[in-house]
Amino acid sequence: MTEKRETVIKVENLEKNFDGRKVLDGINLEVYKSETLVIVGGSGCGKSTLLRHIIGQLKPDKGRVSLFGQDITRANEDKMDCVRKRFGMLFQSAALFDSLTVEENIALPMKEHTKLDDHIIKIMVKMKLNQVGLRGFGHLMPSQLSGGMKKRVGLARAIALDPEIIFYDEPSAGLDPVVTAVVDKLILDLGSALSITSVVVTHDMNSVFRIADRIVMLYKGKVLQIGTKEEIKNSKNEYIQQFINGTIEGPMQFFAPDEGYLEELTK
Amino acid sequence: MSIFQSIGRMTLNAGAAIWDVFELFFNTLYWLFFAPFRGKFIGRRYIFAQMVFAGVQSLLIVFFVALFIGMVLAMQGAYQLNQLGAVKFVAALISVSMCREIGPILIALVVAGRVGSAIAAELGTMKVTEQIEALETMALNPIRFLVVPRFLALIVMLPALTIMGDLIGMIGGYIVGVYNLKINPGLYIKTNFEFLVMKDVMTGLLKSVVFGMIIALIGCYEGLNTKGGAEGVGRSTTMSVVISFILIILADAVLTGIFYFSNV
Repeated sequence: MTEKRETVIKVENLEKNFDGRKVLDGINLEVYKSETLVIVGGSGCGKSTLLRHIIGQLKPDKGRVSLFGQDITRANEDKMDCVRKRFGMLFQSAALFDSLTVEENIALPMKEHTKLDDHIIKIMVKMKLNQVGLRGFGHLMPSQLSGGMKKRVGLARAIALDPEIIFYDEPSAGLDPVVTAVVDKLILDLGSALSITSVVVTHDMNSVFRIADRIVMLYKGKVLQIGTKEEIKNSKNEYIQQFINGTIEGPMQFFAPDEGYLEELTK
Repeated sequence: MSIFQSIGRMTLNAGAAIWDVFELFFNTLYWLFFAPFRGKFIGRRYIFAQMVFAGVQSLLIVFFVALFIGMVLAMQGAYQLNQLGAVKFVAALISVSMCREIGPILIALVVAGRVGSAIAAELGTMKVTEQIEALETMALNPIRFLVVPRFLALIVMLPALTIMGDLIGMIGGYIVGVYNLKINPGLYIKTNFEFLVMKDVMTGLLKSVVFGMIIALIGCYEGLNTKGGAEGVGRSTTMSVVISFILIILADAVLTGIFYFSNV
């Protein structure tokens, strides 16, 4: 690709420590307009922490994060709120408000951040519900929905204010393969139809290869490789190959070595 | 770790927690009094819902507690006053002690157990299921949307409940005084209000406003600082009740002292 693409998210030298443990160790990353970037890595590699930094929920120890050219690590609350209105977020547990119906959940950001009439908001809520294929479910409470439906309502709420970026935290966690495919299709549709930039954090390799334009592999708080699907698939890196193929043998060790085990037991 | 180290660590933690609660208090005041001038209002719907929950739905339990404590006070008072041949003063004893002390504190404790724990459990669940974070990423401030309506509801409804509780306690005393101690009904009512002055009622209500603030702030603080799943929610709920109880009684002692020594 020869044309210079517009950067919407820029992460520079991001570092974060939790109780003396380095969770993020100098991460550099750029996300271009209307692409789908997938952040992949094993449990505890820092991918959720990275996402929390990009949406401004955590402040880094070192480095900076810019959204739409604005440094959010030093922004005050008012500026942060302006940035927040321009992106949507789908949480791992969907994070629907239990006390509100599906309709009210989706209408909440519109009611609070726009001056639209109530009946216009009602129509827009129906359109958002239709977009995620849940027409006619508006009157239900979140507790009456299945896991996959909750995720789709969460997505409808995330796109309520027509955001420019959508963040997805483990969109396929806890879903069966068919519903995962449905959610993946929604992510793709939103990206292509509305040219929304998507950043997806996941460890489900099937959906990674379905939705990704570019893939970021994280391991122990560091970026192993950034590349397209083919580049990652054909990567020479042993960690990446072990992760893609899901094998136990490889450079990532899950079991403590046998030596010293006997002493530890009898100590 | 030596004993001095652990005492020091505990002091530091407690100090930090007290500072956090004050920060929450000042933020709440900001959203309550200053933010509306910048065009950021608090939804009337949320406040109303909280008032119904904290106030209207607490009526029955407040009614029972106040009625029985009024009756108990009458019996205990009569037992002592009988020796002086002054049984008719039971009415004054109940009206003054209910309004000044027992009404405000008893109803505050009941509401701390019923409403404060519910606030901590609800906000705690919202915290561990990422709902608080979801509010924040939607640029909706959790203090504005969750804390302020509960704070406002409690500082309005707790004094309202206290007034009703005071009255019902007097009715409880009346029942025992008239039907058991055989005091003349007219005389009972006359003695009841003869010794009661406006100051008694007002100091009691002022106390219950402070208690309402304590219940709302501690419930919200514990809820918003919940960590670690279902166990964490349980811990926050318990802590909110325990800390509210201690602080309510502490504040009661301080306020009573102020009223006593300043002769208000």
